Amino acid sequence: MEVDRGAMECAVDAQSLISMSLMKIHSSRTQRGGIKLHKNLLVSYVLRNARQLYIKEKYAEIYRMQQYEEVMAVCSGIQELDPLEPLEPQGAEDAEPEQPVRAAGCGEESRAAGGREPEPPYYRSCCMEDQFSQNCNKTTVLDLDTHVVTTVENGFLHQDCCCAAAPQCAPGAAARKRKVDSAACSPDAEEPSDYTAGRKRLKREECSGADCSPDASNISNLISIFGSGFSGLLSRQADLEQVCSKQALASLGAWTRAIVAF
Amino acid sequence: MAGPGGDMQWCFSQVKGAIDDDVAEADIISTVEFNHTGELLATGDKGGRVVIFQQEVENKNLPQFRSEYNVYSTFQSHEPEFDYLKSLEIEEKINKIRWLPQKNAAQFLLSTNDKTIKLWKISERDKRPEGYNLKEEDGRYRDPNTITALRVPILIPMDLMVEASPRRVFSNAHTYHINSVSVNSDNETYLSADDLRINLWNLEITDRSFNIVDIKPANMEELTEVITAAEFHPLQCNTFVYSSSKGTIRLCDMRVSALCDKHSKLFEEPENPSNRSFFSEIISSISDVKFSHNGRYIMTRDYLSVKIWDLNMENRPVETYQVHEYLRSKLCSLYENDCIFDKFECCWNGNDSVVMTGSYNNFFRMFERGQRRDATLEASRENSKPLQVLKPRKVCTGGKRKKDEISVDSLDFNKKILHTAWHPQDNIIAVATTNNLYIFQDKVN
Repeated sequence: MEVDRGAMECAVDAQSLISMSLMKIHSSRTQRGGIKLHKNLLVSYVLRNARQLYIKEKYAEIYRMQQYEEVMAVCSGIQELDPLEPLEPQGAEDAEPEQPVRAAGCGEESRAAGGREPEPPYYRSCCMEDQFSQNCNKTTVLDLDTHVVTTVENGFLHQDCCCAAAPQCAPGAAARKRKVDSAACSPDAEEPSDYTAGRKRLKREECSGADCSPDASNISNLISIFGSGFSGLLSRQADLEQVCSKQALASLGAWTRAIVAF
Repeated sequence: MAGPGGDMQWCFSQVKGAIDDDVAEADIISTVEFNHTGELLATGDKGGRVVIFQQEVENKNLPQFRSEYNVYSTFQSHEPEFDYLKSLEIEEKINKIRWLPQKNAAQFLLSTNDKTIKLWKISERDKRPEGYNLKEEDGRYRDPNTITALRVPILIPMDLMVEASPRRVFSNAHTYHINSVSVNSDNETYLSADDLRINLWNLEITDRSFNIVDIKPANMEELTEVITAAEFHPLQCNTFVYSSSKGTIRLCDMRVSALCDKHSKLFEEPENPSNRSFFSEIISSISDVKFSHNGRYIMTRDYLSVKIWDLNMENRPVETYQVHEYLRSKLCSLYENDCIFDKFECCWNGNDSVVMTGSYNNFFRMFERGQRRDATLEASRENSKPLQVLKPRKVCTGGKRKKDEISVDSLDFNKKILHTAWHPQDNIIAVATTNNLYIFQDKVN
């Protein structure tokens, strides 16, 4: 779906549309006369459209990151052959196994040793790293009725795993990338401008407000709940998402009652 | 629209309702409907009241005063209710009023809120009996032993009294919110439609109805569309249409099967991919559907346009009129302030040559079909001198704003005209702003 963003008069940020839509759904529950089925259905379409764009942008970002990582892998390979410019040692991190951290965001303790500044929630798609999926097994879910936040351990959802986790998620840098990763915590280190730009761009998208981090994680949680409602809408989404959707549906059974109230 | 220079001109006639800007929520007009002769004009409001206006008979022959309507009857149709099982309040707001064709001296109308439909009888009483044998004039019973003679009571004239009484109450048939009622041309049955189902009733029978359309999916999570409006064909008692939130219209024939889930015709226009946006689904949702008086066309209203469909052509409308295309770039703000969910209605004139619908800033639009002309007029207290001719309005969409034009950003989105009605036989229109009812007539030369 190509969205004609140019036609939008106001700054149509997919994320703000998502939060606006969720607010509408939430407030409709207390409106006089009961929940208006028609209006909520229409709002869910906006939510779906915004979410599609949000996910598309994230995937595009990840793809760009992956492209870069491949290039960096080659570069560091070359570097290893010719260690004329050794990069900063990672200290504690070097002791870590060469485990791709990409999928490992959720629920795990931060690998950041003291002194490492917390990273903003860094979006990663668990589903894209099938082979590394063992790490991602926790989900945080917000029940709209009781306002209880619970962590579910039996399944995983592709977009909210890492967003739901504490902001201390280790930055999703592959082991091979670690050598350059020092740049993330030591902004002064030399770093290809593309990578910085990439991270900054992602940062902007994630942090659209002063306290975006909690918002982003809450929004992602609510999306994950709502993702199972009106699944007729989901069935029309891109195939790429279908894989994740099915898993989302499978794991979210009871939580959908939070939103599906008709 | 004929007139000097070929354009019809409209004059202010009357405005009903409170003048002050502080609008009480109960006074918000929620439906407007002329009866079949145009002599009566009914309005329903959010407070559950129905007010009926009557055309002044003496003025009917004076062309410039023929659109004078005065209050005929006022009654409380629906009260707020509480559904204890679901812990839901049921609003008393009148969603629709539909008149029945007149059969005898009394008038009948159907009024509905979200859950219950009522048949009201409005009758006049202008005589009263006098001279009872067993009762005194004040109503006290006389002692039969004191009666020595018999007399026949006589009817003497009295001041006209208009009484409204609920003759039937049709309840407990709708799980979802009722959006439409439509009286069949057979004058015996009518349909009521909610978000997912349409029921067929007999006007005489209140304890049961037949379900004729059911689009509720087995799993509510698979819901993708709802019913937004439904109407019987004006002449064929077996045919009705219903519109959906996806922008489609289905025509059903009740002779085909008892349950009309399978449509006979599906009217749908493919979406223009270049107009795709976050809000495409919302703006394609149909808010009103109306048959033309001759039964050959269907008119639908979606957020930005009015479309006219020929019953014989399902793949696209025969005419499309842009109501306020300049709002297309404002959809995000309109979503934010909920205006994008406003349900505008539309109506035909008596001979199906002109269609009318409302917009924002108290503007309303008329589209002349044959002449391909359109007009934008405004209902406002500033233009409310008797017989004052309405000046056409224009919205400036960009660039330099000419004198008398209004820019898109200056439009008042709280002033919306959702409900309009056209006299079935004359050029008299009723236009409802938030809490006022304006009556206009065409200019008499």
